[in-house]
Amino acid sequence: MATDNANLPLLPFEKKLIHVQRQIAELEADQETSDRDFSATIQKLREEEVAILTETYDNLTAWETVQVARHPARPLGMDYVDRIVKNFFELHGDRRFADDLAMRCGLGQVGTEKVVLIVQHKGHDTKDKIACNFGCAHPEGYRKALRAMKLAEKFSLPVVALIDTQGAYPGIGSEERGVAEAIARNLLEMSRLKTPIVCIVIGEGGSGGALGIGVGDCVAMLQFAYYSVISPEGCASILWKTGEKAPEAAEALKLTSGHLKEFGVIDDIITEPLGGAHRRPADAATQVERYITRTVRQLKRQPIDKLLADRYQRWRKLGKVLHLDASPDQ
Amino acid sequence: MADIPDDMLNGGNVEGPYRPDAFEGPAMRGKKDIPDGLWMRCSGCENMLYRKQVAENMEVCPKCQHHFRVGGRQRVDQLADPESFAEMFTDIVPADPLAFEWLGQTYEQRITKEQEKTGNSEAVLTGTAYIKGRRIAMGIMDGDFLMGSMGSVLGERLTLLIEHATEGALPLVIVCMSGGARMHEGALSLMQMGKTSAALARLDDAGGLYISILADPTTGGTTASFAMLADIILAEPGALIGFAGQRVISNTIRAELPNGFQRAEFLLEHGFIDHIVPRPDLRSEIARVIDLCGR
Ligand SMILES: [Zn+2]
Repeated sequence: MATDNANLPLLPFEKKLIHVQRQIAELEADQETSDRDFSATIQKLREEEVAILTETYDNLTAWETVQVARHPARPLGMDYVDRIVKNFFELHGDRRFADDLAMRCGLGQVGTEKVVLIVQHKGHDTKDKIACNFGCAHPEGYRKALRAMKLAEKFSLPVVALIDTQGAYPGIGSEERGVAEAIARNLLEMSRLKTPIVCIVIGEGGSGGALGIGVGDCVAMLQFAYYSVISPEGCASILWKTGEKAPEAAEALKLTSGHLKEFGVIDDIITEPLGGAHRRPADAATQVERYITRTVRQLKRQPIDKLLADRYQRWRKLGKVLHLDASPDQ
Repeated sequence: MADIPDDMLNGGNVEGPYRPDAFEGPAMRGKKDIPDGLWMRCSGCENMLYRKQVAENMEVCPKCQHHFRVGGRQRVDQLADPESFAEMFTDIVPADPLAFEWLGQTYEQRITKEQEKTGNSEAVLTGTAYIKGRRIAMGIMDGDFLMGSMGSVLGERLTLLIEHATEGALPLVIVCMSGGARMHEGALSLMQMGKTSAALARLDDAGGLYISILADPTTGGTTASFAMLADIILAEPGALIGFAGQRVISNTIRAELPNGFQRAEFLLEHGFIDHIVPRPDLRSEIARVIDLCGR
């Protein structure tokens, strides 16, 4: 089966699957009552389904990738926690203002590794979504994350950050309590935190709200996640003067995992199951778990001074500039 | 770039309360409040002002103290001791890593246009200078250059400047004026926030003094990185300082924003800056802080 998820809503570019999936469903239903054996035909149709999925997902445009990253059935932060973290002990509150449910932090174990988790969570049903502000954290979320990171440093536990947000919450309270300062502080403290940090963009890497928990030794992305300085809609509205041009903006922003690995923005791409993480959440979780345990083990072997020196260099070299010859440029 | 159009606020199929231009912040106003000629109208008090008198007053309205925006070079002249600014890192100039194109324009063309307009190669000037005889490392963002947006060059020059301050034990002064991270370099612009912050962590570890001055406007990724990480944060009166753009916020909460929201006075009240300093007093206040910190 190409999917663990029955009745998955199809994205516009997946419509080619409708016909074959309907045929499979009909044959399966007929099989219940019929003495004839349809298994060979079903098998053939399933192969066709896999071929269509492979063809589609090997050739996703940037905008289609964004849609996969935002798929309503895509596994969210706490889904990964549920599947791969043993003995999760959640940490609540920033000790300053409130507990932000868009940013979930906790102690726990991934494989055999004890870690501190920092997880952006968007929420599943309406009630859940409202409780965690659709994954848009307030300053208290970033400050809770910093508190968790300081705990990690104190107890020499690696930090694992799962990133999935459209951005930090744009609201009055957010500005009053200094969301910019909260994000800035995390960038600075993460750059010198004396314990390994692994960051994984699992869905949407929405600008500063994502980067606010995204400074690490290793930064990875799930294959169909995206990471961008601005949303495609926002970019399109400013430069193309209409949000309708989001597909063009998505392409221009080069926000997919493949491009970002070339730019050195990320170190690794975690392959997703055929047709995206939403088709096989359990397999996606296994991939993420393997990446975490393998990377954490590698980073833990480094002496802390080398780890911090490497982390500095990793971030230091980001960006692309031209160097003129010694002559001044004006 | 014109003001952010209203339609972007409802653009696309964004789910949830977030609106997409949050990190662009408010766009820079045009130059319309400073027309050419002998006279100008103050956008603060509506009075007609003699242009020369305003210039002599550091581009501050003598009647209502409204602070007009000033470009990078002019800011250097206002802040540094005469002829003391030694510019560094001018050999670092913009690339076009994404080969970014929109509506028949290329990023490369846009950069050339901004360079011709401002006479600068990028949106920040970096170097050493003296302020009342005290040697400093100085970074001045230029709001006239593509809205003072932060791309790879701005991040690289500032990082080199921070490293220079760390190595030379120089007080670091950065004047911020920025619409946020620059879209045309994609995630590489975003990463400059992490890069400059990492360099500032080292300056901090070395006991270096960092003073930031927030001018109108300081928004988006600039605010959420080096602008807010100084030991001492000063702001000019009335400066707009924030993370998300005002229209993004009012659209999200579906309400009018309170008067004075995200202005320097609002940040002072909420505990995020140390002082609001009128432009003519900046030099003496910076010198005082340097002396009091024993740097
Ligand atoms: Zn006036």
